[in-house]
Amino acid sequence: MDSFRHRVAIAGVGETDYSTNSGRSELVLALQAITAALDDAGIDRTEVDGLMKWSVDTSSEGEIASNLGVRDLAWFGEVNQAGNVGAPLVAHAASAIAAGLASVVVIYRGVNGRSGRRYGRGDVTGRRGQGGAAFTEPFGLLTPQHSLAMTARRRMHEFGTTSRQFGYVSVSEREHANRNPRATFYEKPLTIEEHQSSRLIVEPFHLYDCCLETDGGGAIVLTSAERARDLKQPPALIRTAAQYGGGRGRAYVDTAAAGLAPRFWRQAEVAPGEVDVVQIYDHFAPYVIFALEDYGFVERGEGGPFVESGGIRWDGGALPVNTSGGHLSEAYMQGMNHLIEATRQVRGQSTAQVEDCHLSFVDTGVGTGAVLLERAS
Amino acid sequence: MTSEQAPQPGGRPPFPAPVPSQDNEPFWDALKQGELHLQACASCSALQHPPRAMCASCGSFDLGWRQASGRGSVYTYAVTHQPIHPALQGFTPFATVLIELEEGPRLASNLVDVAPDEIEIGMPVHVVFEPLNEEITLPLFRRA
Repeated sequence: MDSFRHRVAIAGVGETDYSTNSGRSELVLALQAITAALDDAGIDRTEVDGLMKWSVDTSSEGEIASNLGVRDLAWFGEVNQAGNVGAPLVAHAASAIAAGLASVVVIYRGVNGRSGRRYGRGDVTGRRGQGGAAFTEPFGLLTPQHSLAMTARRRMHEFGTTSRQFGYVSVSEREHANRNPRATFYEKPLTIEEHQSSRLIVEPFHLYDCCLETDGGGAIVLTSAERARDLKQPPALIRTAAQYGGGRGRAYVDTAAAGLAPRFWRQAEVAPGEVDVVQIYDHFAPYVIFALEDYGFVERGEGGPFVESGGIRWDGGALPVNTSGGHLSEAYMQGMNHLIEATRQVRGQSTAQVEDCHLSFVDTGVGTGAVLLERAS
Repeated sequence: MTSEQAPQPGGRPPFPAPVPSQDNEPFWDALKQGELHLQACASCSALQHPPRAMCASCGSFDLGWRQASGRGSVYTYAVTHQPIHPALQGFTPFATVLIELEEGPRLASNLVDVAPDEIEIGMPVHVVFEPLNEEITLPLFRRA
C-alpha cells in the first residue's frame, strides 16, 4: 500500500508552444511552463515550496525559485539519469507532500532540444570513452539510439516483431497528433508506406521510428488531494508512482519495464487490463510495443500484431496509447508531455479523449518509472 | 564525439577511444598482449563483463582475470546509417555488434571484413586484436 495513494494529486499542467527554434532561453521556457501550470491549477506562484527537475535540465531550482518569487523553498532536487526521469520525479514529489515536507511541488522541464544541445547527436549523453562508456562508445554505441537499436534487433529476432509493425505505432500516434493543435505534426498525416520508405537512421530504426527534437517547456503542479479538490481543475489523483533503476532481466532483450512491472502493479493493486489509457516513453516507436509487452498489457510477441490491428488507436482501439501524439508526433519533452496528457485524460480534456477514463497510466522511460493516475470520485 | 577526432587505423570511424580506469585496466593491458581477459570472481568463479568493482553474483571484492577463448557468436547488432556527428561523415553505414562469448559474457564490438548487410544473429566469430595506439588495443571479431 502506498503511503501517498489518493493523498496527492496533479492539480495543474502547463506547456509552452513546441517549436524547432524557440528564440528564448531554457530558463524562460521552464518559467513560462511553470506559470501556465500554476494558472491552470489556480495556485499563486508565491505558494510554491517545492521544485524538482531532470538532472539534465539547465535551470537550477534556485534560479527558478528566485524568478518565481518563491518565499520558502522547502523541497528541491533532481533525479540523475537522462530524459527518462519524469515518473521518478513524481514519486519523489508525492512522497514529500505525503510526508508533510512540502505542500506545492512543481516539476519542470525547459529545453531547447533542437536549436540547442541535441540528444540525437550525443551532445548531452556522450561520455568520451570514460567509465562504462569505455566498453560501448569505442565501438559506435555513441548515443542511446545505438544501444536501443541493438535491443530492438534482438527482440525482432526472438519475438518476430517487424519494422512494419513499428510503423503502425508511428501512424497511430500521428493520427492522435492530427487531432492535437499543440502537436508538431498537427497538420501532417503519415501513412504506413511513408514510414516504410523513410530513410534508415540506425537500423532497424527508420526516420519515422525516431522521436522529434523539440524546443519547449512543460510543468506539472502537485499538491495534496485535499487541497486539489478545491482548485480550478478536477484533480488527477496519484494512485501510485514508482521508479526502477535496473537489476533484473536480460540485457539487450528485456526493457526496464519488465523489471518494474511486478512491483508497480502490486503497489497499484490494479491489473494492467483495468487501465483505460496509456502513455509510453516513445523515444523510438518499437519501444511502445516492447513496453506494452513488458508491462503486461499484452503477451510477449503480441505487441506487434496488437498495434498493427489498431489496438493503440484512438478511437476504437482496445487500449489507446500516446493520445497527444507522444514524442514521435507531438513533442520530445522527455516524458513531460506524457505526464501532461495522462493528466488531461483523467480530467476529460484530451484532444483524443478516452470515454469514461478512470485509470490513466504513464510510463516515462520504458520502465525507469511510471505513474498511475485516477479520476477523483 | 568531438570534431577534432582523427580517423583511426584500419579505416575505422573516429569513435572515442576507451579511457581505462583503475578498476578495468587489466582488461586493456591484456589486450595489448594479444589476449582477451574476462573478470573472474576468485570466490565464486563467476565471469562478468564489463568489469565491475564487485562480483555481481556473490558480492566479493576479490576479483581476478581469466583468459577467454575468443570464440563467440553475434547476439545482436545495429547498423548506423545516419552520421550523427560531422566527424562520422563518410564512415556510414557501420555496424556495432554484441558478441556473446562462449564463456557467457557479452561485449560490444565491431566485425572485421564483414559488410553490415551480411551480419546475422548467431553468426560464429572469433576475436582479433586491433591496436589503436600505443596504449589501447581493441577486441574486434572476424567471421569464424
